[in-house]
Amino acid sequence: MKMNMPTPAIEDKRMTKRKVLKGGKYTFLCLAAFLSLFPLLWMLVSATNKSVDVITGRLIPGFYLGENLKTLLAKANLPRVFWNSLRNASVATIASLIVCSLAGYGFEVYHDRKKDFLMGILLLSMMVPFAAIMIPLFMMFGRLNLLNTTAAFVLPTTSTAFLIFLFRQSTRSFPKEIIEAARIEGMKEFGIFFRMYIPIMKSTFATAAVITFMNAWNSYLWPLIIMQKEDSKTMPLLISNLIAGYTIDYGVLMLAVTLSILPTVLIFLILQKNFADGIISSIR
Amino acid sequence: MKLQKKQAMVGWGFVSSGALLIFIFYFYPIIRAFVLSFQTGVGVNMQYAGLFNYRRLLTDNLFKTSLTNVFIYLVLQVPVMLTLALILANLLNDRTLKYRGFFRTVIFLPCATSLVSYAIIFRSMFALDGLVNALLMNLNLLAQPINWIGHPWTARLLIVFALTWRWTGYNMIFYLSGLQNIDHSIYEAAMIDGAGGIDRFTKITIPLLKPIILLTTIISTNGTIQLFDETMNITNGGPANSTLSVSQYIYKLSFHYSPRFGYAAAISFIIFIIVAFLAFIQMKVGDQR
Repeated sequence: MKMNMPTPAIEDKRMTKRKVLKGGKYTFLCLAAFLSLFPLLWMLVSATNKSVDVITGRLIPGFYLGENLKTLLAKANLPRVFWNSLRNASVATIASLIVCSLAGYGFEVYHDRKKDFLMGILLLSMMVPFAAIMIPLFMMFGRLNLLNTTAAFVLPTTSTAFLIFLFRQSTRSFPKEIIEAARIEGMKEFGIFFRMYIPIMKSTFATAAVITFMNAWNSYLWPLIIMQKEDSKTMPLLISNLIAGYTIDYGVLMLAVTLSILPTVLIFLILQKNFADGIISSIR
Repeated sequence: MKLQKKQAMVGWGFVSSGALLIFIFYFYPIIRAFVLSFQTGVGVNMQYAGLFNYRRLLTDNLFKTSLTNVFIYLVLQVPVMLTLALILANLLNDRTLKYRGFFRTVIFLPCATSLVSYAIIFRSMFALDGLVNALLMNLNLLAQPINWIGHPWTARLLIVFALTWRWTGYNMIFYLSGLQNIDHSIYEAAMIDGAGGIDRFTKITIPLLKPIILLTTIISTNGTIQLFDETMNITNGGPANSTLSVSQYIYKLSFHYSPRFGYAAAISFIIFIIVAFLAFIQMKVGDQR
């Protein structure tokens, strides 16, 4: 009996080993966290510094935020560009949510063989890379005379197989009894959708909204092609333009980048769970 | 019977707008791209030219360069990122870990930044007169500043760094959600049998996460093949096209030089086939689960 007991020396060794392991774990995680945060903190700090200080590696906040903002406002029509981004992304989100939730609900609640087949076809669109269709899309919107408009920004991504699929999958958890009961009470089919389904599925709508808004706000290649007029530019185009010159004012640049990141980071911090849900919904 | 028919009709009402938009803005353009790829001409004056564009592809060095670049990113970046993501997810899955929520949020945070924004942050940090060179020189690790975006391999490496920073947390979230579905009692049984931490990781975690690892591999491969925002804003494809991506090449052919829509469409179609092939594998993998 006594022989099987670990000697204090071995027990001691195990304890140190465990402690070292735990220390290693935390060091690794802290390093990962530091590396993840550093570029963003540097961006924030740099937005308050003079360009010279930014490039010589100043890592403490300065007093040039106001100065940088003034320069930025002189260089670009910031309010207009910010408004363009906000308007485009908001319209895109609302349009997508309406179209895709209706379709996702329809494909689940009224499913029959034909609709299941159609859903299968629509899923194929996820295989189409944007680079492959941007030229025909550009020609299409050119012919329709819709370049530089919110419609051109919004329409190609209003209906996506991904979002329809997300809504279809989450509709499966929507109790069928509610639909039956509402029908018996004489509610119209679309009435059930708007008055029962939407309020109950709030969290699915939040998830879809976060994903869509972020994608639209960050969209770059499509607006780069279609937004040719100065007053139709969006935030990603603005900051991308600021690095085009020979001398770059890094303080001003980082302020612009901060402003372009702020909305999505705020949404992320508030609705992190929905954002994560949206990302992993493709594996459920 | 009549009611059922009526409901089926209402159902079409629900799905029609979504389906129609996908046909107009995905399927019609891809067919148009296919037709365009058999035409040549500048701008909108196009003529039928048979396989001319596809034959030209075979001798186009810039196309080969851009495809090679994308595969370099793929081979260098995806394995490193997925391994890191897997290790981080495994560490964060430990319920006794302190500040777990904080670590998860912070490592996931880069996903909230737009591709253009973080590309510009990285470009600025690694500029010739930028922060990284300044710090390395202050620490006496460097005598001369490195011109990161001026040499082919440092420029590619920079893009690999940047991509890893932005997407590791994204993949970690997939693994974390997969790990949460693994029954904890499997680990407890293994611990009783005397399996160490590394054994448990390689013999339980990785095999059970295999479907998700495959899925993330395909998502990342897909994303890398379509890379655009980063190469455009970190290096602008330079130096001497050594970081040019395929999407960027298509963009330049269509909108920078005199617009060659037909030829660009031929390249687009090749990309479509590569991506469709990958997606096909993804669905096959998904079916097996």
